Amino acid sequence: MILAPLADRSSRANHTDSWRILKPEIKYDKCIRCMICWKFCPDNAFTVVSGEELESPNPRVAALEAPVIDYDYCKGCGICANECPEKCIEMGIETKMVI
Amino acid sequence: MPFSIPEQELMEPGHTACHGCGATLSMRYVLKALGKDTVISVPAACWAVIPGAMPNRTLDVPMVYTPFAATGAVISGLREAFDIQGKEDFNVVGFAGDGGTADIGLQSLSGAMERGHNVFYFMYDNEGYMNTGVQRSGSTPYGAITTTTPIGKDRNFKKQNKKVVADLMMAQGVPYVATATIAYPEDLIRKVNNAKKINGPKFIQILSPCPVGWYFPPEKSIEVSRLAVQSGIFPLYEFQNGVLKVTKQPRPVSVREYLSMQNRFRSLDEDDIKKIEKYAEERMEYLIGKEKETQSS
Amino acid sequence: MQAMQKKYNAIMTGNEAVAVGAKLARVGFISAYPITPQTTIVEKLAEMVSNREIQARYVEVESEHSALAATFASELAGVRSYTATSSHGLLYMHEMLHWTAGMRLPVVMSVVNRALGPPWNIWTEQTDTMNQKETGWMQVYCESNQEALDTILMGYRIAESNDVMLPIMSMEDAFVLSHTSEPVNIPEQDEVDAFLPSLDLKYRIDNNRPMGYGSYSTPDGPFMELKVDMMESMKNSRQTINRVTSEFRDAFGRDYSGMIEKYAMDDADYALIASGTLASTGKYVVKKMRESGKKVGLIRLRFFRPFPDREIVDATRGLKGVGVLDRSVSFSASGSVVSEVKSALYGNSSIPVTGFVAGLGGRDVRVEDFYKMFDYIEKGKTGKYYIGWKEAQ
Ligand SMILES: Cc1ncc(C[n+]2csc(CCOP(=O)(O)OP(=O)(O)O)c2C)c(N)n1
Ligand code: SF4
Ligand code: SF4
Repeated sequence: MILAPLADRSSRANHTDSWRILKPEIKYDKCIRCMICWKFCPDNAFTVVSGEELESPNPRVAALEAPVIDYDYCKGCGICANECPEKCIEMGIETKMVI
Repeated sequence: MPFSIPEQELMEPGHTACHGCGATLSMRYVLKALGKDTVISVPAACWAVIPGAMPNRTLDVPMVYTPFAATGAVISGLREAFDIQGKEDFNVVGFAGDGGTADIGLQSLSGAMERGHNVFYFMYDNEGYMNTGVQRSGSTPYGAITTTTPIGKDRNFKKQNKKVVADLMMAQGVPYVATATIAYPEDLIRKVNNAKKINGPKFIQILSPCPVGWYFPPEKSIEVSRLAVQSGIFPLYEFQNGVLKVTKQPRPVSVREYLSMQNRFRSLDEDDIKKIEKYAEERMEYLIGKEKETQSS
Repeated sequence: MQAMQKKYNAIMTGNEAVAVGAKLARVGFISAYPITPQTTIVEKLAEMVSNREIQARYVEVESEHSALAATFASELAGVRSYTATSSHGLLYMHEMLHWTAGMRLPVVMSVVNRALGPPWNIWTEQTDTMNQKETGWMQVYCESNQEALDTILMGYRIAESNDVMLPIMSMEDAFVLSHTSEPVNIPEQDEVDAFLPSLDLKYRIDNNRPMGYGSYSTPDGPFMELKVDMMESMKNSRQTINRVTSEFRDAFGRDYSGMIEKYAMDDADYALIASGTLASTGKYVVKKMRESGKKVGLIRLRFFRPFPDREIVDATRGLKGVGVLDRSVSFSASGSVVSEVKSALYGNSSIPVTGFVAGLGGRDVRVEDFYKMFDYIEKGKTGKYYIGWKEAQ
């Protein structure tokens, strides 16, 4: 058989966490679970979890599905923090810097 | 209703796009709208490297890499081949940068549209040759500094207006033409869904801000995209069945505000800014005129 | 068991013959852009499509780059695809030629060999295809309309063979074959179907198998391995070529003897290597010279890619001199074909090699010219000689 230039391994195998200088953190006590951060992430670095998995002081919000950042993939671009209507995503310094 | 766009993801994480890349979001939204029965053809461009080097792929649909100028012809061939095999409901999609669309690929795009194949063509418009390091393209707007229109001693920048390919496509009589941008994914997805209903060629130009080439911080991608629309610099419209509809936005933001967010416009003086304001004004008038004309006939 | 030589059942031009070949090969997709002298191929195919004589889609693109891009795409989607071009059109395809071969797509294309400008010239010459020798396409130079038809059928068999998977271009000389009628045997469709099964491209696009087709590679990625695999597949394709050519002979009674054809070579002292229709004139001269006792022969190069190096070493063994006729412009020290012949002979043979450049821009290469070439070969002249060239006009 011949070799053809085909690429079939999902890029999920590559973690892009080492790209991160700033690290977003969602403050779930303020988060209204609008999913706007999820919507605008170019790295598709969010997972969506069911309401029961995360607590919220607001019972109406607590029932909703919630965004969770997957730090294996987040590059720390800051779009989520910039777009969050509640300003509840904080960009901190990534401490686990890979050199 | 928290999910305003489909939950299904057909673009995987782990790709190699720059921080805050607008072009990447464009792909993510387009695939959400099109679903799994889709094949995407991508020419030389940022999107040819975003999936990563072999053996990586980042899309959950087949992606065909092609030479720079070939997109229009490749989707023509794919469409016909799938039709022969009874796969008429496969979406055949070209996804090319503005250089691959407005410049080197214009001939093959125009040919494909003229022949009328049942295909989608998405131009992700980051207003320059970004993959090769931010050179000027036909779609770069007046006033932008690029690496081939560098400042130099003469306060240089691109001196010609943007070639708006969507307008060209409209003039060519393509049955579905629209503009969209990443700040309004719901609008983009709605447009793709409208396009799906048309059996024929569909062209959508998606303004896709590029933090690297437009010189703004990556967290501002969505903001820049929103301001492009709100300032009237990049009007959103939809043209189908011969009728144009401009998605009129209140204009709470000035052109000046839009320009000042991006360092590529740093060498403009007052007169240049006025010129750009006038250009935006005139283009909007043209579109609204066209809207009246097409809606009344 | 060799079939009987079939009777001629048609008279047609080379271009009609290749169109019939494409039809018999049941191509499902055709895309082309017109250029003299290829036009009558695609006109004929368009006519067949519109008369429903052939179940294929015909896409009339706006350039040759697009013609091959569309052909590439439909082949990758699993449909047997065909295109045809010539001269400047072939140059315009250059990028897509590499892409099609690199994607390992067994496309068959007809090329009518025509000169390149400036000045414009529509007559025959091989510079267009010689320029494509490193694109990864196999190259066959045909001598007759029958061979042009048959090469389409053999071409798909060879190209689609699992251990080859490289595209083929099959050449006709402009006008001399493309527009000249000759008697031809058109095989029956059922015989062709038995010889040429339908295409089953293992890696055709399938939405249940998301993949990057083409992708990109770093220096440490599989890039080099992919290119080495192409070179090795090309080199090893001679086995498939020989096998398919003899199966074709068994099925249809016409023997193309693989990579090269030897004419009056058995006891020859001197020989000329030529391709295309110049080989026909060469054979005529060889016959005449044999009648007057000269021990000369001719080697007709059918394949130029893969290059028949071993075949040429074997065929020239024992000769006192060999000449090579190039109908193309090359700025190498010798010429496109002669350089390859010399490198094949290097270390294997010490016979003198004479290089000839003739017939550029369709200039006639006359019987006298062949006598002159044999004369030079006999004299053991080495170097490069322009034949039929009018000095200082
Ligand atoms: C025929 C050819 N010319 C030039 C190039 C080099 N090249 C690769 S990508 C690129 C720029 C692509 O620009 P665009 O289409 O706007 O897409 P972007 O990179 O901005 O996403 C260029 C010039 C090429 N690959 N092929
Ligand atoms: S910082 Fe950027 S990459 Fe990370 S989660 Fe937020 S939007 Fe996604
Ligand atoms: S250069 Fe711009 S368009 Fe290209 S990947 Fe980076 S951000 Fe995206």
